[in-house]
Amino acid sequence: MNIKNKIKITVNGKQMQIITKFTLKSLITKLKMPLNKIAIELNKKIIDKNRISKIQLKKGDKIEIVHFIGGG
Amino acid sequence: MIDKRFKIANKIFKSRLIVGTGKYKSFSECAKAIKTSGADIVTVAVRRVNISNKNKARLMDYIDPKKITYLPNTAGCFTAEDAIRTLRLAREIGGWKLVKLEVLGDKKNLFPEMIETLRSTELLTKEGFKVMVYCNDDPLMAKRLVNAGAVAIMPLAAPIGSGLGIQNKVNIKIIRKQTKLPLIIDAGIGQASDATTAMELGCDGVLINTAIAKAKYPIQMAEAMKYAVISGRKSFLSGRINPSLLGSASTTNKGII
Repeated sequence: MNIKNKIKITVNGKQMQIITKFTLKSLITKLKMPLNKIAIELNKKIIDKNRISKIQLKKGDKIEIVHFIGGG
Repeated sequence: MIDKRFKIANKIFKSRLIVGTGKYKSFSECAKAIKTSGADIVTVAVRRVNISNKNKARLMDYIDPKKITYLPNTAGCFTAEDAIRTLRLAREIGGWKLVKLEVLGDKKNLFPEMIETLRSTELLTKEGFKVMVYCNDDPLMAKRLVNAGAVAIMPLAAPIGSGLGIQNKVNIKIIRKQTKLPLIIDAGIGQASDATTAMELGCDGVLINTAIAKAKYPIQMAEAMKYAVISGRKSFLSGRINPSLLGSASTTNKGII
């Protein structure tokens, strides 16, 4: 694949390379994240999980994927 | 005397013991402790998913949020903005509106930053959240939280995880007298008798994490806490005798030989 077709994004503080025209849904699927157990933030904005297939990721996007862990 | 139901934001709960899910050796130990404790509310935290280990077990695989009410917290937040961001994300995971607000002001003793806590309570309430508020044991601040729209007042007994027990019974009693909102002791419980004392002071519930999770035998301690809360509540409702410095024989002198 041509390097020109790749862009860098940050997921949970870690840099990742993806191909252009990659949607948020493709990312979640690639990471094997169960949608009903997570919440997603794109550039500090919460994303409606029903809309992720319509969101195309852009260079420099910052994505946060969170879930519930043990806490007091 | 028949007890009134334990109600928070118009929802009825069976147990007056709320259990935290942090610090356990494993999720299965945590799930077992919760089951044994009889709690129907558990606190949970919002954190990043580990993206490099996709198959890692999740809390939700062990504790079913359809059966147990998840109470998302804002642990680790030091400003209203952080707390609001965290709880919006929590709401997005599953639509929860009932939340535990905890805005800290000091990394060492984990005391709440009350100015930010008050501000967050107002903002979150306006957004439709039902906010249970971790706070200090200051009766005046508790009054302000009530006015800000809190659905439960949750003063600390002592610093989080300290196990020191209730340090200021007088303040807890004063807060009890002035509010009809659910009053729940959050943080500082060390042993079962502390939980009983909290209930005997008239609190509506107790929130316990470390005292169970870090006990030598957590499951057994979960059971002890369950009965401690039930016992304390019954004791409170039963109307204790007046304390006296004089003795009063239980056996009559009538018929003495």
